[in-house]
Amino acid sequence: MSDATYAFVSLDLPAALAGVLAALTCALLGNFLVLRRQALMGDAISHAVLPGIVVGFLIAGSRATWPIFLGAAGSALVAVMLIEALRRVARVEAGAAMGVGFSILFALGVLLIEQASARGVDLDAGCVLYGQLEYVNWYPVHDWGRFWTLEHITTGYQTATTTISPDTGLPILIKEGGLPRQLWMLAAVAIAAFTFVGVFYKELRLTTFDPALATALGFRAGLMHAMLMVLVASATVAAFEAVGSILVIAMLIVPAAAARVCTDRYAVQLLASLAFALAAGVLGYIAGAFAPAWVGFEGRALNVAGTMTLVAAVLLTGAIFLAPAHGVLWRGVRRRRLALSVAVEDVLAALYRGDESGDPSRVADLPASALTLKALSVLNARGEIGRAPGGGWRLHEPGRRRAASIVRRHRLWESWLVDEMGLRPDHVHETAERLEHLTSDAGALEPDLPPRALDPHQRPIPPDDDA
Amino acid sequence: MSTPASITDAGIDWPTLGELAHTLTFTAGFNAAVVVASASLLGVAAGIVGAFALLRKRALMGDALAHATLPGIAAAFITAALLGGQGRRLEVLLLGAAVSGVLGVLCVQLIVRHTRLREDAAIGIVLSCFFGLGVVLLSAIQSMSVGDQGGLASFIYGQTAAMLPRDAVLTGVVALLALIAAALLIKEFTLVCFNDEFASVQGWPVARIDVLMMALVVVVTVAGLQAVGLLLIVALLIIPPAAARFWTDRVRTLVILSAILGGLSAYMGATASALLPRLPAGAVIVLTAGVVFAFSMLAAPARGLVAVGVRRVRLSARISRDHALRELVVREKTEASAITPAALASEIGLSPPAGRWLAYRLTRVGLVEREGVGLSLTDRGRTLGRRIDRNHGLWQRYLIDQADVAPSHVDLSADLVEHVLSPEMVERLEAKLTHAGGGAPA
Repeated sequence: MSDATYAFVSLDLPAALAGVLAALTCALLGNFLVLRRQALMGDAISHAVLPGIVVGFLIAGSRATWPIFLGAAGSALVAVMLIEALRRVARVEAGAAMGVGFSILFALGVLLIEQASARGVDLDAGCVLYGQLEYVNWYPVHDWGRFWTLEHITTGYQTATTTISPDTGLPILIKEGGLPRQLWMLAAVAIAAFTFVGVFYKELRLTTFDPALATALGFRAGLMHAMLMVLVASATVAAFEAVGSILVIAMLIVPAAAARVCTDRYAVQLLASLAFALAAGVLGYIAGAFAPAWVGFEGRALNVAGTMTLVAAVLLTGAIFLAPAHGVLWRGVRRRRLALSVAVEDVLAALYRGDESGDPSRVADLPASALTLKALSVLNARGEIGRAPGGGWRLHEPGRRRAASIVRRHRLWESWLVDEMGLRPDHVHETAERLEHLTSDAGALEPDLPPRALDPHQRPIPPDDDA
Repeated sequence: MSTPASITDAGIDWPTLGELAHTLTFTAGFNAAVVVASASLLGVAAGIVGAFALLRKRALMGDALAHATLPGIAAAFITAALLGGQGRRLEVLLLGAAVSGVLGVLCVQLIVRHTRLREDAAIGIVLSCFFGLGVVLLSAIQSMSVGDQGGLASFIYGQTAAMLPRDAVLTGVVALLALIAAALLIKEFTLVCFNDEFASVQGWPVARIDVLMMALVVVVTVAGLQAVGLLLIVALLIIPPAAARFWTDRVRTLVILSAILGGLSAYMGATASALLPRLPAGAVIVLTAGVVFAFSMLAAPARGLVAVGVRRVRLSARISRDHALRELVVREKTEASAITPAALASEIGLSPPAGRWLAYRLTRVGLVEREGVGLSLTDRGRTLGRRIDRNHGLWQRYLIDQADVAPSHVDLSADLVEHVLSPEMVERLEAKLTHAGGGAPA
């Protein structure tokens, strides 16, 4: 194995893997938080675990996994119960209850850390926020033959020997062994989260979208909620040491929100959020660890948890604009198209009425907007209208047919509104003006009406060409 | 210390009473006085502004805003450093913080307006993404070789100890301005919080007042960055008004009380942090506010848990008294023998011990007397019992005659309502039923 490969396998691979695992787990669980409108619960929990982490750390006296995990899970539980109790028993408004609960616990954690660090304990508040991915290392054996054996991957540090480097003559510490414990921790929580969602797929869906129906059917909505909270807390704790709580909060919300913007379907929502999380993890790691070197900052790196968050933010922004059904961009395009087609119909109708009254200049009544000009040029290009000899515009035959059908729709609606709805004739024009654009075939109105050739304003209703 | 694992052997040098008195009265030297005074002003301003934010259900908007200030701080530092100025000038950093904080709030509103995401998700998105950007910029600053960057991280957790006197004065002045502005606008804010639709019908520019309110949240947040830290400043905006809410239902009182509680928490927290080592001011201020909150939650007479609990116990005691008396009155008409407390309890749906306790209470207040093992009514008890029975009957008749409730269903509804009938209501019921021709049972 070359040195570059070895550096990649021992430093980048486990760190990137930790980030991606944390992102996937949080994104999966985050779907339910976002859909249940409890997106900020993840934020609250990840702040509130701080005192538990410190207490676990102080009791164990080291970064041992279990005491910290139990401490954090305990304070997450306290936080969730506290917030619920504030909301239900003390009747504090939901947002304020969350704010009160998590900020008090977080302040307690900050105070404890400050007290502990004065005694030389190796824990600072910063590492909880940013994580310490640089400590997630793996020192595999150099021998490819033994590299892929299960025993090699699973067992901890097997050897730590010092040899003299042949190149520099300096001693090097060689550590060899299995994957770092932070990864195992993340993998365990990831498996738990995916199993949970897999097993309770239906129940989660029902309790998320219709908790009242779920309870009526005998599903335990409260139990689902509690299990979800426990898993969110576990993910927070497993991830905090490696990637920090800021990535946890981001991944609990952003990928799920991006998926929410893209789809209405439950299964697609889950899969899309995972895809977003995976992309954010991989691209974010590249952006943080490798990209600075590419743009000339050799040997520098950015905070990887931060860059993963930023990539997720970029993906979300993209989704908000480009999502097929709900994207802001497409909505804008659709709106413009609709506006243009309305303008085109208005131009045709105005020309038709102008011909009718023998005053072709009626087109001048139209608003002199860019939209009207665009509509005129579109119609001209289609050959539906053309320049009139004395200036202005006149209808060509295809245009006349379409215009007649629009005016027919308008006048039929006016007749219907007067005859059937009992509106006064001078009150119906505005409504008919809107309805004429939305009705494909106004002929369906005819059977309701007495046979007639004139609208309420005594103008002829153009006959139906197709009939 | 030999055993660093325990946190109880803190080994704190406790300050003398004299030192405490000096710090509390702002006479312990200029630095301490300025820090404590500006923190207190900040607490008062946050209390007022937070009260309105709470009433507008924007409590957590402040959290998004506070987190969103980090990239602004870092960007301001980088810009100032690149332009050759001194990066860590508080005004520059706070300006950057304000700009990116406002951007964050705008993003929340854009997301809510133009996408299908709800406000909670929007707040979470802005909070985490802006903070992530800030973290990346901070790590970029670390790898820049610019001096004097140590103070930047102190904005996250807050550090009064790192405050220079002039920074503290700046914080105090900004807080004071926010305070004055909020005090001047109190009528407009109250109106909008109380009923925004009414306010806009009356011709008030509700949207502009809302923007002003949000701007004051920004000012308070930015002012508090250095003292309390961006992670905890939101607590100062939320906890005092939430605590004040237990004491009152009136907007004006709520705002004033919230200002007092906020100022008090900040004052005591900053004092403690100035006197004792290793007590980060932000955390101590928030925990002090937390204690105030817990006290209000328990002890406040209006909505406090103890008061609500006592009222609930009293009501249920009164209900079981009414049921017992009515049962005894009805029984007197038909049966000659007295009823035992246990039997009475089972008649009105109580457990035997509760029945014995009820019998004891009623005997003590002279409504019921012992007759061997049984109970019988005293004259006072009989009068009261008849009245209760009459109320019950009146309400039953009203439900049948006027509300078309089926006779088989009225007993339960009547049971629930009869206890809260006031004498005037009984009179009106009587008048109404007599008029309608339905006689009330005597």
